[in-house]
Amino acid sequence: MKLEALRKTFPDGTQAVRAIDLEIPDGSFAVLLGPSGCGKTTTLRMIAGLETPTSGRVVIGGQDVTSRPASERNVGFVFQFYALYPHLRVRDNIGFPLDNEGLKKRDRNDRVCKIAEKLGITQLLDRHPSQLSGGDQQRVSLARAMVRNPDLFLMDEPLGQMDASIRLELRETIRAQQQETRTTTVYVTHDQEEALSLGDVIVVMNNGEIEQVGSPKQIYNDPQTLFVANFVGSPGMNLFEGQISSSQTFECDDLEVSLPQVAHRGPAVLGIRPEAVTTLIDPNQATLPGKVRVSEYYGDHHILHVDTPAGKCVVRTNTARLGGDGICLGFDADRIRIFDPASGRRVA
Amino acid sequence: MSILDLQNVSITFGETVALNQVSLSLQDAEFLVILGPTGAGKTTLLRTIAGLQPADTGHIRIRGEKADHRSPSERDVAMVFQNFSLYPDRTVRQNLAFPLQSPGSTLSAEEIQSRIEWAADILHIKRLLDRPSTQLSGGEMQRVAIGRAIVRRPGIFLFDEPLTNLDAKLRESLRTELIDLQKQLGVPTVYVTHDQTEALSMADRIVVLANGSIRQTGFPSDVYEAPSTPEIAKQLGFPPINLLSARAGEGAWRSQTGDTLVPAHGDFAEATLGIRPENVVTEGGTSPATVRIVEDTGASRILLVDWAGCSIRILASRADNHQPGDTIYPLLNPDRVMVWPVQ
Repeated sequence: MKLEALRKTFPDGTQAVRAIDLEIPDGSFAVLLGPSGCGKTTTLRMIAGLETPTSGRVVIGGQDVTSRPASERNVGFVFQFYALYPHLRVRDNIGFPLDNEGLKKRDRNDRVCKIAEKLGITQLLDRHPSQLSGGDQQRVSLARAMVRNPDLFLMDEPLGQMDASIRLELRETIRAQQQETRTTTVYVTHDQEEALSLGDVIVVMNNGEIEQVGSPKQIYNDPQTLFVANFVGSPGMNLFEGQISSSQTFECDDLEVSLPQVAHRGPAVLGIRPEAVTTLIDPNQATLPGKVRVSEYYGDHHILHVDTPAGKCVVRTNTARLGGDGICLGFDADRIRIFDPASGRRVA
Repeated sequence: MSILDLQNVSITFGETVALNQVSLSLQDAEFLVILGPTGAGKTTLLRTIAGLQPADTGHIRIRGEKADHRSPSERDVAMVFQNFSLYPDRTVRQNLAFPLQSPGSTLSAEEIQSRIEWAADILHIKRLLDRPSTQLSGGEMQRVAIGRAIVRRPGIFLFDEPLTNLDAKLRESLRTELIDLQKQLGVPTVYVTHDQTEALSMADRIVVLANGSIRQTGFPSDVYEAPSTPEIAKQLGFPPINLLSARAGEGAWRSQTGDTLVPAHGDFAEATLGIRPENVVTEGGTSPATVRIVEDTGASRILLVDWAGCSIRILASRADNHQPGDTIYPLLNPDRVMVWPVQ
């Protein structure tokens, strides 16, 4: 699947998608990730043929499909809202996309049963959608999209409305199913954790443009822009604005960090992930003193929001602290990232 | 003295029992979270506290005084809803002023403006004050809705899933802001949610509600580490807890396939074992397992593993490099295994 200079400007002048280029390797699971209004859903709808691009091309399987209607693109689409036919039983909802394929009744039934079994909804086949829970309704929509062996799966926040436990379960189902069939998939979400856990390729979007394309590890460890650094991660990367002096030291109020490897000079933003900030016993080693403002418990870890002379710093730790506690912070030198504040791009 | 007391409050809608003998208390400055799935009775409970829904039986006291027959306006509570209910044809300033301009209000115009400025400052919406509320993003609208609750300086805040309709990223930052705000103002708060992350991270105490009844009350760490039933255990924690059905045999808890789950067992033949994914390591156990799915969430990795006839999740560090298909030997931390006997 390939997008070439794809652009969408709405009649009111909104530039939803600004000439993006993107190539998704065959068989991979790509996730379009970004906040509300970043253009991810519009991009997906243009791939599906539900939205006409203002300019640019959509190429699927080597063929330019830009002018083809949705029905001629052989894509399977799953929406955030279940969009099931209320008057049809689950069996017929799932089989619906097969109706125009001229299958024998038995073959059709086989396909429906097989996919229902994979998604664990065999016992629901004779029910109507209104008799199902939200999670089960979404399983049925997934089955309906998967029953047809499309060239491309497109999913628009399919787990957006689910309870957390169902979300994880369906996430694993989607992931396992895709690993088995290797159908190229484009999945849209605003949830960065969902994106990292599902995708082979993450496409981070903001303001109608692509910020970065990479593996989950690259996106998380080596963000190329300030936007990606802060948007990805829960919570995002800590960012300190300061200066790199000629002595290769980053300075920001009371924070001084030696950066022997960095060539960049002048205004700089230092980024560091919350789990790469350590809480130190020995204040002599500390980079930054601070005071815990809010301490959040997450069961397997704690998130501390610390006020420091250089600004707020978020720390992920295994040890509980109380609001008001004094604390000394250190940075894992290998995990410091430097950005140019003017361009917003990574420089070291 | 407790700020709010509910004693044996019950409500029935036709055949449905919405609340069943609910008793709880809210302490001064406390952030109390009511956690439960859709249909548990959370919103009914909040509406009952607010005076929007009379209780069939039971009593409510506010600051020690009987409040059963008090109208919503006499209860000194402010409620924030899931759906931001702002007046679309008014500016943010007018929306914030509205709760201060009720017919009985004695506030001067200066006092009203100063409270609006104060609330807008705390919630970082000063620059939006003169915008029509239709020109706001979802997060900004919810900030204004919270602003409408705080300008009144109520005695109790009531929040009904205020973050549910927002983006994941925004939810995360507003969560922290809300705790910070509540700690600054010290206003006792009842916060209703189905989201376990919100419950764990925001609450001073959690009340677990299911089918209209309270199932457990405690500090977040109590409910997380010592849930009273497997159902409650499942509700908290992400990735969710592993629940394994086990039987005692030859000095160990064993799976249905006979594999050793944990050496040593209790005094009953069958049990449900609970172990959180962060309390399982990939090496050191005796029975082999196969890694099926690996999810990398950045700061950590979730392994879905086939082991001893069950499927379990392991939370590994970001340094872990297992791949699907790998053979591992899971080891459960015996101190962290929860045991619920099966009668």
